[in-house]
Formats: sequence, C-alpha cells, structure tokens
Amino acid sequence: MAEGAVLPVETTTGPVTTGRSLWAEARGRLVRNRAAFTSIIVLSFIALACIFGPFLTGHPFDRVYPDYVKVPASLEAYPKADQIEPNIERIGARVRAKAESITIDNDVARMTLVSSSTRPIDERLLAYFERSDLFGPAKVVEKQQDGQRLVVDVPLKRQYFLFGTDTNGRDLLTRTMRAGQVSLAIGLLATFVAILIGVIYGATSGYLGGRVDLVMMRIVDILYSLPFIFFVIMLVVFFGRNFVLMFIAVGAVEWLDMARIVRGQTLSIKRQEYVQAAEALGVETKGIIRRHVIPNTLGPVVVYMTLLVPKVILLESFLSFLGLGVQEPNTSLGVLISEGAKNIQGATWMLIYPSVTLVAILFCLNFIGDGLRDALDPKDR
Amino acid sequence: MAEPVLSVRNLNVRFRTGDGILHAVKGIDLDINPGETVAIVGESGSGKSQTMMAVMGLLASNGWAEGSVKYRGEELVGLSPGRLNHYRGSKLTMIFQEPMTSLDPLYRIGDQLALPLTTHGGMSKADARKRAIELLELVRIPDPARRIDSYPHEMSGGQRQRVMIAMALANNPDVLIADEPTTALDVTVQARILELLADLQKRLGMSIVFITHDLGVVRRFADRTYVMKRGEVVESGGTADIFAAPKHPYTQMLIDAEPTGRKEPVATNAPMIMDAQNISVQFTLEKSFFGKSTHVLRAVDDVSLRVRAGETVGVVGESGSGKSTLGRAILRLQPASGMVRFEDRNLMPLDRRGMQPLRRHLQLVFQDPFGSLSPRMTAGEIVTEGLLVHEPSISRKERDRRASQAFEEVQLDPAWRNRFPHEFSGGQRQRIAIARAIILHPKLVVLDEPTSALDRSVQKEIVELLRNLQKAHGLAYVFISHDLAVVRALSDEIMVMKSGKVVERGNAEEIFDRPSEEYTRDLIAAAFLTKDDRNEAAVQPLAS
Repeated sequence: MAEGAVLPVETTTGPVTTGRSLWAEARGRLVRNRAAFTSIIVLSFIALACIFGPFLTGHPFDRVYPDYVKVPASLEAYPKADQIEPNIERIGARVRAKAESITIDNDVARMTLVSSSTRPIDERLLAYFERSDLFGPAKVVEKQQDGQRLVVDVPLKRQYFLFGTDTNGRDLLTRTMRAGQVSLAIGLLATFVAILIGVIYGATSGYLGGRVDLVMMRIVDILYSLPFIFFVIMLVVFFGRNFVLMFIAVGAVEWLDMARIVRGQTLSIKRQEYVQAAEALGVETKGIIRRHVIPNTLGPVVVYMTLLVPKVILLESFLSFLGLGVQEPNTSLGVLISEGAKNIQGATWMLIYPSVTLVAILFCLNFIGDGLRDALDPKDR
Repeated sequence: MAEPVLSVRNLNVRFRTGDGILHAVKGIDLDINPGETVAIVGESGSGKSQTMMAVMGLLASNGWAEGSVKYRGEELVGLSPGRLNHYRGSKLTMIFQEPMTSLDPLYRIGDQLALPLTTHGGMSKADARKRAIELLELVRIPDPARRIDSYPHEMSGGQRQRVMIAMALANNPDVLIADEPTTALDVTVQARILELLADLQKRLGMSIVFITHDLGVVRRFADRTYVMKRGEVVESGGTADIFAAPKHPYTQMLIDAEPTGRKEPVATNAPMIMDAQNISVQFTLEKSFFGKSTHVLRAVDDVSLRVRAGETVGVVGESGSGKSTLGRAILRLQPASGMVRFEDRNLMPLDRRGMQPLRRHLQLVFQDPFGSLSPRMTAGEIVTEGLLVHEPSISRKERDRRASQAFEEVQLDPAWRNRFPHEFSGGQRQRIAIARAIILHPKLVVLDEPTSALDRSVQKEIVELLRNLQKAHGLAYVFISHDLAVVRALSDEIMVMKSGKVVERGNAEEIFDRPSEEYTRDLIAAAFLTKDDRNEAAVQPLAS
C-alpha cells in the first residue's frame, strides 16, 4: 500500500477510470469521523421516527382523551389498576346504579350494577362505558331482579402513552413526533430557501463586482437592519398565522448571511486562475458562475447549512414560544416546550420529552456540521 | 574528520493518509560535519523536506518519525516538544521557502527578531533590540536601525528572506537548515541571497543543510551532496565528484534535465498573427475623494509586440516587470490602451461579447497547474469546456472523443479523463491545461510561466511537448518566463522587460551571446552561474 500510495496516478492503468471527486474524499473522511457518523445515524433515526412514528403509535396527533388529561409517561398500558374502579363507579352513577363486586380478569371487568332506585336499569345508558376512553362496549351477561341488578362485562381499552399526555389529554409521543416533523421541515425548507437565494445572490454580486456588487450588498445591509421580530409580527398581522409564512419569514432573513458568506468566497475564487482560464476561453458570465464559482463555494455553504438548520429550528421554536409560530392543533417542538414550561410543576414529562428531542436534533446537526467542516477542508486541522 | 554535528541513522517518516500509510522517508542515513555545507537534492515528493522536518520535530500531525537523529550525541527523535525547543531555534534553525508567509504580518520585524533572543538567549529587551540591529546589518539590510521597526509587508521578498536568515542566526546556531530558501525569489535576488549565505558561513562557521531541487545552486554552494528519490538516498558524496561522474541514473537525469535544443526559425514570409502597438496598462493605487486617480502605477509602459504564425516570442523579466500583465493585455483580458490587431481585426473596440468568437484563437496557459484547474470538475470537463462555448452544437459523445484526442496529443492516458485534478501530478496538470488550450485549435497561445512551478525533469518534457505541438499545429507562442534556460530553448525572439518597459529585444541567440544592456547581463549571469566553477562564483559578488 505504502509503495503504491506515493504516486497512485502512475500505477493505475486500464479502461476509463473514474476519478474520486473531492466530494467522495470528503465523504470518506466524514464517515471516519466517529462523532459525525454517529450523529448522522441518530438524526436519520429521529427523522424516520418523526415521519413514520405517528402511524404506529395508534393515536392521531390531535385526538383528545378527556379521561387521560396529563397522565404521566409510562411503559405500562393505561388504564392502570387503580384508575379502573373509580371510573367504573363514576360511570355507574351516570347509569343511575351502583357498581358492586368488581373483578378484573384478562382485560375484562365484570361487575354487578345495582339500581339506585326501584326502577330497572336502562340498558341504553350502558353506552356511557363505551364513550369513555377507558372501556369498550358493555355486554349484559345476566339480568337479575327484573333488571334492577345487571351483571355486566366491560372490556378494557388498553392504551399506551409512552411520553404521557398533555393538558388536553393528547398523546405526547405522537405530538412530539409531529412536532419533530414540523420543526425539521421548517429547518430544512427554510434553510434550502435561504441557501438558494443566498448562493445565487452572493455569487452574482461577488463575481460581477464593482457598482453592481455595491448596490446588491447595500440592499442586503438594509434588509439586515430590519428588526427580525418586528418583521415577523408585521407579516403575521397582515397575513394571519400561517405555516408557509414561517418559511418566508425565516428564509427572508437567513439568506442574508448566506449571501455575504458566498460573496466573500466568490471574491477569492474570482481571482483563481481557473476562473481567468474560463474567461480566456470566452465562457459567458452565467457559465462561469454556474460551473466554476458556485461549485467551489459549496464547501463552506454545506457547512453553514448544517449550522443553519439548527438555528432555524431554534428560531421557529422561539417564534412559536412567543405564540407567533404554528397554530393549534398543529404543533412544533417550540410549542410543546412552551406548554411544558407552563406545566413544569405538575407534569415534568411535558417539558422533558420535547426538550430532549430538540436537544438531540441540535446536537446531531452541530456534530455533523463540525464533521463536514473537517471533512471538506482537511488543511484546516 | 571531526565528529558530525548532526547524524541521522535509519530515519523513517510515515504519514497516515486517507489511502493508508504513506512511507515518505525510507530509512536514510545523513551526516553533517561542522562548518560544512551539505545539499539534499531531489524533485518534489522525494522526501527531502520531510527528512529535515522530522529532524526539527515539525512533522504534520498525521506523520511520525522512527530511527535516530543525533545532535552532538543527543538523541532528538522522541523528545517532547518542550525538550526539543532546547535545541531547535537556538542550535538547529531553519529557514523556509516562502518568505511571504513565514513572517507574522502583525508584528514588527524587530519584535520577531527579538523573540528567539529573549526566549533562548535570555537577553533583556534592550539588549535584544541592539542585537537585532546587528543581525540586520549582518544580513545586509540597508539602514537597519530604521528598518527594524517596519512591518513585513513593507519589505520586498528578498529582504524578508534576509530577515528570516537573521532570525535563524540570532542564537549562533550550529546547523542552519535552508529549505528551498531561494525558490520563490527572482534570479538576481536569489544569487545575492546565496552569496550572503556563503559569506555568513565563512564568517560564523556553522553547518548549512541546503534542501533544493536546483542543481545549479548545489554545484555552486555545497561541499557534499545527497541525492534523494522517493524517500531514499540514491547517491551521496562530494559535490564535484557527483557532478563529474554521477553513478546513479537518476542523478544523471537530474544533471541533464536542463531544457536543450533550439527552435527552428520561422519562414520570413509567415503571416503576422498578432500585432500589438504601444500597449500601456495602468493600475490606480490611490484615488482622491472625488474619484480622481492620484497615484498611478504603469505596469506596462508603451510596449509593442509582433508575433508571426509559428513564431515564439519570449518575454523575460523578474516579478513585477509587467510581463504577465502584458500577456493578459494583448488577449484583452486586462483593460489597456494602445492598439491590438489579431490577423486583420482591430481588437481594441471589441467588448466582451465581441471578443467571444475570437477567444478560440487566442488561448492562455497559466503558471500554477494547481490553481488553474477547477478542483470540482473532472479533467475531461475542464478540457472540453471551450467546446461548450465555441462549438455548442456537438454532442456529448463527440466532445468526449475530442477530449480523448486532446489527451493523447499532450501524452496523457485518455482513460484518465474522468479523474479530478488533485489526482494528477504537477506536470500532468500542466498537460491538462495545455490540452484545454489546444483543443480549440488556437492560433496564438500566451504561455504565462508554464514551467516555473514544475520540477526540472518535468519542465524538460513540457518544453518538448510545447515544441512538438507548435510544429504540428503551426501555433504562435508568447512565452512569458523568468527562466532563461527555458526561454532560450523555445524562443525565436526575446524581449527583456523591466518595470513595465522593454529594455532590450532581439533574436534569441543575439540576446544570450551579446547582451547589450546591463540588466540583461545580470539576468543571464544569475541564471547561468551554474556552469562556472563554484568557488569562483560564490566569491564574485554580483553587479547590482
């Protein structure tokens, strides 16, 4: 290996060999970076879980369970043993009967309902059992004393709330996944918008230079000086709260940084001899920007992108925390954390799980960004 | 013979890279005796610099050294950086190739000179300053008491290299390691620096280890020589013996690597291709508040140039003489005044769009084969980019065929056209750059120092290639270079430029045999000193 590695080019022959691009080499270095590679796996897992998880939890993200308001996270199924009797008694009272000798066997509760008046129990009222979140449809097994005593079998509905439920009794696991979806989508899309505008704008401005550059960058400066929150509040006032508005607001602000970075890169690339060589070949401006300038700025852009995604996610969380972000029943990590913060005394799980998810996503993205920077620019180490 | 100051035994240097372990230096032995000058010669990649980096403990973080390096009996390999600092910087010092980047731009010269004095010599600040002035005087910086307070950017390349030498000498070192100290400098400056080093050695009696690829320097300068190839010492011995009777074919090849041959003259009736009259290029250095230029640099000052089909005009000069700017001006890549005619068309009134159809006839090859190829495109894409512009109708398959053809023409394997530039060596990259220029079948190619960044043996091949291409396609060249050996091998006519003006022009043979200008004589003397006896050359100071 060592012998051949000195001059690999001379030693290889054969039919058309494919080259190893800088990207391919960077990928190799990235995979060898343990922190970055672990982060990629964890992040992919979180992303897949957020996309497909809500179909598997068995709870729609906006389904309200009035009987399970703010129940703590648990690996065991609800209802718990100590919840069953009080609930049966509560429903029994609505059926105008008293529940006696309750036995639970194999997820079915058997009870004897004794009418609290002299009239027989109205069997239609047994539908109350089914309306609750705890039980299935009740079945009368035996009628005694002309219907004043009923032996009833009620199946229990086994439900899992692994992350607990929120103040409205919605499954927090599903909502966290949904929030992850929204946050990642906003993070990626707004970043994509920011980069698309920023790269094209910055590369054009930097490459053309002179007066055009001056005007284009002053426009950026003016947009910079607008206070961001004021800008968002204004948009919300004019157009109402809207999911798409988030992309526009965040993208409209974040591309400014990108444009500046790319312009700076372009200024140095412009003086590279390969750009001058292209000019000497007569390549038109558009071709130079597309083929030479932009591909060579992409290294820093990719790095900035991985750092921009968490920034955008945080920004969205911040806006949602202020109440300017996504709207109920839709949710995002920022909204969940905001609600969790309000309920920190009684229901810590409402804060812990969304926060852990957000932190995990941010950690992963930052590690990947770090790894990419090392991978794309090995000279810097 | 006295005990060697520095003795290297079975030194191995390895680097951990993405492709596995790279064995850069393979078990070499070296001895440096007191007061002697030893040259380590080799082409790029031979491990000559890495050997000395290992001695100094300056290897990159992915590299490590094994074996033994003894400084006066003390083992240096495996010492902690703290212990190593006891020797390096005081007893073993090093000067580097690039004087532009090895001085910190944020500090004054005096502060940088005083640093080794106060840390190693334990001097007070005032003493250090006094000593710094002495050192600057020693390396012949004019007016040292004033220059000690300048910043690096206020000095020229040669002066900076002198400051670097002064820094290295600060603590009276036993061994001075010079890693290609003159490669980045103009030939006349180079000659003076070498002369200074030889003189300092005579006065101070230290040993000098001279790392270089330039055999001319070795012959003039070194007592003993080690020739390295791919991490191994292939030959060693007295410099005179090696030059007189090289034993290893590689040494023989290095000695013979000077470009040879002369160009056949063109027919007198060959059509005029390029006729540039009174070209001037100005750069505005300062502007007044109202946008008026107050300080103007005339980079090219009233220069005329005519090139006939098949002819090569060599443009010679040192850095800053305006020769590259002239090359770009006649291609209309640089705003200039004057008149440029290409065949029968006046180029001056044409704008960028108007020039575009003519670009295929006027091509440019750059000096730096690393910078002139876009790192994100494959070699094939780079070579065929001109076809995209000038023959947009041809199919992808046809372009690919043309790329293969161009690759063959520059003697590269067409199978490599899908590789990326960083996978090629310097000479191969320059071939790619040449292929990019000739794929359009141009009439005039401006070659801007196309061989300066290459090893001598590769230079020779590129000169050969350029000559063959010229013959095959009837190309006209404008050959810009500071390397007189290469210019002589390729040119019909030569212009010597200094500070934007042409100081001398004429037939190539005439210029070399009977230079009429002082400046031309200096250039030739500095470049071809190598042929003379070493001692004689080192003693005779150059006229400046």
